[in-house]
Amino acid sequence: MEHLLEHIIIGLALGSVYSLVALGFVIIYKATKVVNFAQGELVMVGAYICFAFTVQAGLPFVASFLLTLIFSVILALAIERLALRPLIGEPIISVIMVTIGMSAVLKTLVQLFWGTTKKNFPEVLPDVTVKIGGLPLEIEYIAAFILALLLFVIFSLFFKYSRKGVAMRATAFDQLAAASMGIGIKNIFAMSWCIAAIVSCFGGVIVGVIQDINTDLGHVGLLVFPAVILGGLDSLLGAALGGLFIGVLQKVCEGAAHEYLGLGGFGNVASFLFLVVILMIKPYGLFGTEEIERV
Amino acid sequence: MSLLDVTGITLTFRGLAALMNVSFTIEEGEILSLIGPNGAGKTSMLNCISGRYHPDEGDIAIDGKSILSMKAHRRTEMGLSRTFQNIALFKGMSVLDNLMVGRHSQMKYGLLASMLYWGKARRHEDMHRRRVEDVIDFLGLSPYRHQVAGRLPYGVQKRVELGRALAAEPRLILLDEPMAGMNLEETEDMARYILDINEEWGVTVLLVEHDMGVVMDISDKVVVLDFGSVLATGAPEEVQQDKDVIAAYLGGEDETFLGR
Ligand SMILES: Nc1ncnc2c1ncn2[C@@H]1O[C@H](COP(=O)(O)OP(=O)(O)OP(=O)(O)O)[C@@H](O)[C@H]1O
Ligand SMILES: [Mg+2]
Repeated sequence: MEHLLEHIIIGLALGSVYSLVALGFVIIYKATKVVNFAQGELVMVGAYICFAFTVQAGLPFVASFLLTLIFSVILALAIERLALRPLIGEPIISVIMVTIGMSAVLKTLVQLFWGTTKKNFPEVLPDVTVKIGGLPLEIEYIAAFILALLLFVIFSLFFKYSRKGVAMRATAFDQLAAASMGIGIKNIFAMSWCIAAIVSCFGGVIVGVIQDINTDLGHVGLLVFPAVILGGLDSLLGAALGGLFIGVLQKVCEGAAHEYLGLGGFGNVASFLFLVVILMIKPYGLFGTEEIERV
Repeated sequence: MSLLDVTGITLTFRGLAALMNVSFTIEEGEILSLIGPNGAGKTSMLNCISGRYHPDEGDIAIDGKSILSMKAHRRTEMGLSRTFQNIALFKGMSVLDNLMVGRHSQMKYGLLASMLYWGKARRHEDMHRRRVEDVIDFLGLSPYRHQVAGRLPYGVQKRVELGRALAAEPRLILLDEPMAGMNLEETEDMARYILDINEEWGVTVLLVEHDMGVVMDISDKVVVLDFGSVLATGAPEEVQQDKDVIAAYLGGEDETFLGR
């Protein structure tokens, strides 16, 4: 295949966005055992809000990015507080259904405000290309990859060493025991949504910078699903690697289908095929088993 | 003033009473054992104290101040900590991390400071590590320090759970059947640890335990529950002689209950 290296590198850049989305999934799952089907929509909202600040309000990119971060965190806190917290103690499947409903609401709201046509961010980074393995590559892709890597390292350290991170892991294992150790469970839940919103917001803005955005962007939530399940739902590293893998798979399959079969847009098909295969191999990996324990 | 005052606690589950008008007090420095047959309401009582269950009636106070309106995690800050009848460790985390979580209530430093690790936060971090090391030494856990808690032998897990509760530097520790499922040697070790916690660490102990030999040996005071009500309260010798207690246990299947 002629452009294999190119496909792989672009796949890695795209995959780094997927990794961020997967990270968001895993962080919420780890702390609250909720599989958040609105994760992709958080990415989409982040992208559109940043678009609104930069293009529609004409703010400098850095300012609008910071505002977008703040907006995302507030949105996530509102979702957690208003839609999910009242459901603490309800069957986990109810909570998951709420996140599915949430994804539809968010998508509709975005379509209401911005319509369904593609939107473009202005050029944010200088128009520089870097040569990797003899290939010219736009700097956006490299920046995306490095940014995602950085976030991954920061959150890994956070979970491993910080007081709050350790408390979040503990809560994931045993909420009652965590509460009896002085951990405020509700704070932990709110915090996990905050972090998930932050990584999603980064993901959305990165997508905006490396390509167009449209309201199908929320699909990344589903696209990364196989990555998350492969990674075992609660592993940060698994999510990150899984995300990269899906990105590369998508780009390479798309390139191959184009070159050999003359088909366009095969990338999404490939990732969803992969999802089907993963679910066939690991159908119960999804929600795990529920343990009921008397204390 | 007593360290813990339990007054007239009644707890029902859909009309069925698990606890009926239960009262007792624990003085600072005591070891008080709460005993009774299966289903008597011992664990329910601990859950009321730790904040897991909310009693329908009555009051629970520490130093004379009611704690009933406090959330479980706030009660930990008041100096309460506990272990569970079914081990409730953070199974996928290392022993060290489990103990560090135990210190959560003592840690004042927030997100940024603990991530960046500087100045005062750093000194506090060192202090927390030292306290955790003290607990590890005391319970002989150093060989297991970096092992995943959920994969340790049962007896060791019980010790880690005790360590986690101890790491919180409680004034009052609630132990729910710490010897359950242990062999003779492990039981003796655990009894020793409880005595040391009480005498050397100055922690007041509320012990729920079925092993009557141990209970009669180490308790200052015993409260006997039966079908959710207090049957007798007193020194171990008194309770052993109490005719209600004897009657309750001789009638039941638990004939060896009073030990000797
Ligand atoms: N969450 C609950 N929901 C309904 N009933 C409960 C609950 N917790 C306890 N009970 C009931 O309350 C009563 C007392 O139970 P509890 O667990 O406190 O007994 P126990 O003295 O600790 O017994 P054991 O020695 O077996 O541990 C039992 O009848 C039990 O079924
Ligand atoms: Mg019990």
